[in-house]
Amino acid sequence: MRWLFIKDLQILRRSPLLTILLIVYPIAIAVLIGFALSRGPEKPRVAFLNEIPAGTPLVINGQQLDITTAHSELCSRIDCVDVSSEQQARDMVKSGDVLAALILPKDFISNLESLASLTPSQPTVKVLVNEEDPVKAGLVNDRISTLINQANLKLSKKVTRLSATYLTLLLRGGHLSLLGQTLNILGLQNTQKILQSIQPELPKNSPFATDLARVINFARLARQNLDLATPLLSSIAHPIDVHKEVVSGSPPSLDAFAISVAATVTLMFVTVLLVAGSLALEREENAFARLTRGLVGKWALLGEKVLLGVVLSIVVTLVMLAGLSLFVHIDWSRFGLILLAIAAGGLGFAAFGAFIGAGAREVRASSLLAFMISLPVAFISLVESGTVSPALFDVIKVVRALFPFDAALDAMSGALDASGPALAMPLIHLAILGAAYGVLARIALRRFA
Amino acid sequence: MNGVEAGGDAVIETRGLAKAFGDREALRGVSFAAHRGELLAVIGPNGAGKTTLLSILAGIRRPDAGSVSRPPGEIGWVPQQAALYRRLTVAENLRLFARLEKVPDPDASVEEMLAQTALEDRRDDQAGTLSGGNQQRINIAIGLLARPAVLLLDEPSAGLDPRQRERLWEFVLGLAGGGTTVIFSTHDLAEAERYGQRLLVLADGENLFDGTPPALHAAVPESGARDFEGAFVAFLRERGH
Repeated sequence: MRWLFIKDLQILRRSPLLTILLIVYPIAIAVLIGFALSRGPEKPRVAFLNEIPAGTPLVINGQQLDITTAHSELCSRIDCVDVSSEQQARDMVKSGDVLAALILPKDFISNLESLASLTPSQPTVKVLVNEEDPVKAGLVNDRISTLINQANLKLSKKVTRLSATYLTLLLRGGHLSLLGQTLNILGLQNTQKILQSIQPELPKNSPFATDLARVINFARLARQNLDLATPLLSSIAHPIDVHKEVVSGSPPSLDAFAISVAATVTLMFVTVLLVAGSLALEREENAFARLTRGLVGKWALLGEKVLLGVVLSIVVTLVMLAGLSLFVHIDWSRFGLILLAIAAGGLGFAAFGAFIGAGAREVRASSLLAFMISLPVAFISLVESGTVSPALFDVIKVVRALFPFDAALDAMSGALDASGPALAMPLIHLAILGAAYGVLARIALRRFA
Repeated sequence: MNGVEAGGDAVIETRGLAKAFGDREALRGVSFAAHRGELLAVIGPNGAGKTTLLSILAGIRRPDAGSVSRPPGEIGWVPQQAALYRRLTVAENLRLFARLEKVPDPDASVEEMLAQTALEDRRDDQAGTLSGGNQQRINIAIGLLARPAVLLLDEPSAGLDPRQRERLWEFVLGLAGGGTTVIFSTHDLAEAERYGQRLLVLADGENLFDGTPPALHAAVPESGARDFEGAFVAFLRERGH
């Protein structure tokens, strides 16, 4: 047992590539996934820009609220990143460093205080978001909605108390200060009494004309007050309004995105496994040396495998999309673009598969390797920016850029839905990856036979 | 070394071939020539450089030094393990390689090879279902598709039972009788003595002997070896291997 153990360690020591693949790579991927999961939905990073002049007090219904406490409370729910300008906030959102940016404009306090007046002006916060895909768009909307709802709930309590005083005034009557004037409000209660007292006795040319005039005047004021009540009630329901601006990203519909993910995952596994296995099979069948002795060049052999992968990936993915179209809508008028996206994705994955096949040299090993690499990379490619720390997301971005999944997903999303990402960049990205992995596969073929 | 000068009818000739893998020298200045219709056996202990020599002759590897004069046209190469697609049928394998070899009439070549290997009745069987001996015959047939002037066989009878060996060598002898130069490597000294018209003895990448089997026996007259194997071992010992 001991000697077997030592033997295995010696083999691992003498097989650095195998060791990296079997030990270091899974650990690295596990760490990335672990961080991504652990940092995911708990505390999203949000850039926070406060444009309210320092020291501005917030007074609602005669009570001064502590802005600093509100800020601390907000930042206990999200990971606040204080920024000094809107441009900085915009840049951070665009780069994915933060999930969104929350901007409190200069007039936020005055508008907030106006809620406690008869001329309310609804305060608005500005939210900058990066909607790279519909999943992220949904995540951002949920987060921001939650935050605003929490703030609104607190404010609505304050405003409701004030509203109650107005309603009491309307009911019982009293004095109201408005624009420097003091108005005497009769109130519904007094009105009822007056009307009840004059109603039975009111003849033609009645001397109670004055009282009647007061009632008419009250009716007018009551109508005006009811006009004011509409925005007031609105402010009670939703005191703070949100103005959302999409800084970058134009997500396709959730259906199109789900189809894109399904199609890209299928495309990836079919193509990578097929090409890797097919190339490794040439060696297992001992045919590689015979073929490349002059019958077929190594580049030509690689080209044939990549072509095989692209053609079959097109067939399989189109069949899958046709099957899905029975249940969800697929815009087949975009067939040309869909075909282009599948072919480009197939090229990237096929070249990647060729590299794996050339490196692994055995069909079983290449299949295992293809799964080991592809699955976590696909998972990581679905991690949203702003949901993990910037340093971790930078690592994830590098991993994404090095593998074809992310670009293929963008290409597929853009091809399936007009509101998806632009196609040009993913196609160029896939072409570059295809060429790079082709060169790497050719280098790996040097020790293939 | 009993060097054989390349005559006018030499179809393949090497001069000073050298090849190293890292610090290990696999071949050290190997020179020889083979002639039309000749059966040349390359023998030697493990790691002597036999497979390296054949792979250089086949054009799979490049020598670090020295040169190879090849005949015009194709050199047939038959690797030790059958290089064919086990999920394709016998006929499909032959047709595929005939097309890759750009043989003028692939179908006719397939029929010819099926006849030569006596595998016509197995033509539609998947290659993987054949015995090792039959797979080796297809392996050789693929090497012969381009009608090469020289056929290189790397341990062609390894793993075959005596009956399969017999049939294989009948086939190879027929090829040599037709004018094909056959260079084969083997560990089986009896086979080398029996079928090799000439022997090339390699040890540690060096060409120690180039001559007929009786000449090798004669080269160690005082060894007292009663058979070819004893003479071969005595020869190597005498040369410090």
